[in-house]
Amino acid sequence: MIRDSDIVFVDEPRLTAADRLYLPQVVMGLKTTFRHLFKKKVTLQYPEEKRPMRVENYRGVHRLNKDEKGRVACVACFMCETACPAHCIHIEGGEAPWPDREKYPIKFDIDELRCIYCGMCEEACPVDAIELTPEFSIVGLSREEMVFDKEKLLEMFDRTRELKPRKNPVITGYEYNTGGPIPPSDDQTEGLKAPGQPQR
Amino acid sequence: MYEFFTHQFGFSILLMAVLLGIIMTAVAYCILLERKVAAWVQDRIGPNRAGPFGLLQPLADGVKFLLKEDIISRNVDKPLFVLAPAIAFTVALIGFAVIPWAGQVRLGGNLLEVQVASIDVGLLYLLAVGSLAVYGVVLGGWASNNKYSFYGAMRATAQMLSYEIPLGLAILVVVLTTGQLRLENIVAWQIDPAAGGVWNLLLHPLAFVLMLITVFAEANRLPFDLAEAEQELIGGYQTEYSAMKMGLFYLGEYAHMITSSAFIAVLFLGGWELFPGSGRLGWGWIDWLNTSPSIAAMLLRFAIMAGKIFFFIFFFMWVRWTIPRFRFDQLMRLAWRGMVPMGLGLVALTGLLVYRGQPATFWAPVGNLIIVAVIMLWQVVRKPTVTGRQTHLPPVTGFAGTR
Repeated sequence: MIRDSDIVFVDEPRLTAADRLYLPQVVMGLKTTFRHLFKKKVTLQYPEEKRPMRVENYRGVHRLNKDEKGRVACVACFMCETACPAHCIHIEGGEAPWPDREKYPIKFDIDELRCIYCGMCEEACPVDAIELTPEFSIVGLSREEMVFDKEKLLEMFDRTRELKPRKNPVITGYEYNTGGPIPPSDDQTEGLKAPGQPQR
Repeated sequence: MYEFFTHQFGFSILLMAVLLGIIMTAVAYCILLERKVAAWVQDRIGPNRAGPFGLLQPLADGVKFLLKEDIISRNVDKPLFVLAPAIAFTVALIGFAVIPWAGQVRLGGNLLEVQVASIDVGLLYLLAVGSLAVYGVVLGGWASNNKYSFYGAMRATAQMLSYEIPLGLAILVVVLTTGQLRLENIVAWQIDPAAGGVWNLLLHPLAFVLMLITVFAEANRLPFDLAEAEQELIGGYQTEYSAMKMGLFYLGEYAHMITSSAFIAVLFLGGWELFPGSGRLGWGWIDWLNTSPSIAAMLLRFAIMAGKIFFFIFFFMWVRWTIPRFRFDQLMRLAWRGMVPMGLGLVALTGLLVYRGQPATFWAPVGNLIIVAVIMLWQVVRKPTVTGRQTHLPPVTGFAGTR
């Protein structure tokens, strides 16, 4: 509903004689465009020249981080899949072959065509395993090709590792239990506060 | 064989072939230039990938035009649909026949006109052919069996009819002043100090402006491209066209621009004369340049003429990327309430001057100035009308921003 106080009355600008003759104004316009003919061009020759980009917070293609031993850092907690507003993440969790965690993703697929690159997965991830990279120029010949599986996402990590190093490499490094049986649950919470673990 | 080309008939045929080649190339490069100018005006670089500076772009465009799928919709009037682009292009090209390019040249002892057809009614021919251009547009719009195309065609018709009148009046001023209908004689009149010896641009600047504006409208260029107005009519009469048929419309537009530019150069800018009043100076080299029948002088004259044409083509593009499109009522108002009265005043003035036997004196530009002053005075005195508002309807109440 528009209130009367919101209404602003604007009179049409009164045209001068030169304005109404139109031609003088045309000449003014031509002068402006003529100046632009010789101005410095703003074009960037894209594939050869690239604009400097903000690596830290650019939301491009995803990657799955590896820990320092080269294993996938994901613990298959399904937080990202739950947070994803576009439902583009599909995870199948399985029992981890490594003793320092319970689960790891057997399958980890992201449909890059469905994704809206909002970064919610990155926010949700408790172990900083999924991250968005500054990589934006990806192509594929089919829709199937644009569904990135675990291997491809890990490869993205290798490709962008120098450009954007992993923020916190030792996030899953609670190696209190190498070899032995899985401790009771109260010990587990203690383990989470093991040295090297950042306080969240 | 050489003997054949030293007679006017053979020479005309040779000239036709050469000119056709030059003009087709020029038209193709006009499209590149248009894109370049557009880019420069907008602080961009423009096409530069095909060849150095994008110079092979016309070739790429041509190949693309030829290889694209040529769609003919089911409900179109097929013969007319196919005919329309051909008419648009042909009509734009045949105008070149009467343009005098470079005076006379002596070949094998014969004095030849550097002109494909030197006819008595050259000016009328050019006018007639120019008016035919609307057929391509109208037939294209009608045959497409599409509402938008049809609107475009209707607009084109109304626009061309309206702008033919000031165009005719501006040309009539030149005809009255020079007393010639042959284009080569009009150029000679402007060069020869014994006849006129002054460019019509200096005698009748207002007629020049009228002609320039109408030529924009005749060539369907912005700000008068209402016939194809993308934002309102998709592509206007071009909507249903694809591949080379659309290419022909495009090329026709640029060919029309070149013809019109040559036409203006001949009528108002002294054709192949380097600068106005050069005939009065009596310098040897300038007289040689203006009248010598040698091949070198002929080529130089041709270059001068080409330079003037190029300037106008650049001007067309420059204006296109500066001024937004008119609204249709503004278009009509400009023609009927602005340019037609001005043109009539000019013709009356020129008639008076010719009657008094002084068509090429300083009274001509003075009269032009008086007409402009009268129009300006009228613009200042009259109550400004709000254009585009339906004043006969009761005002709408309850809307924000209305009173």
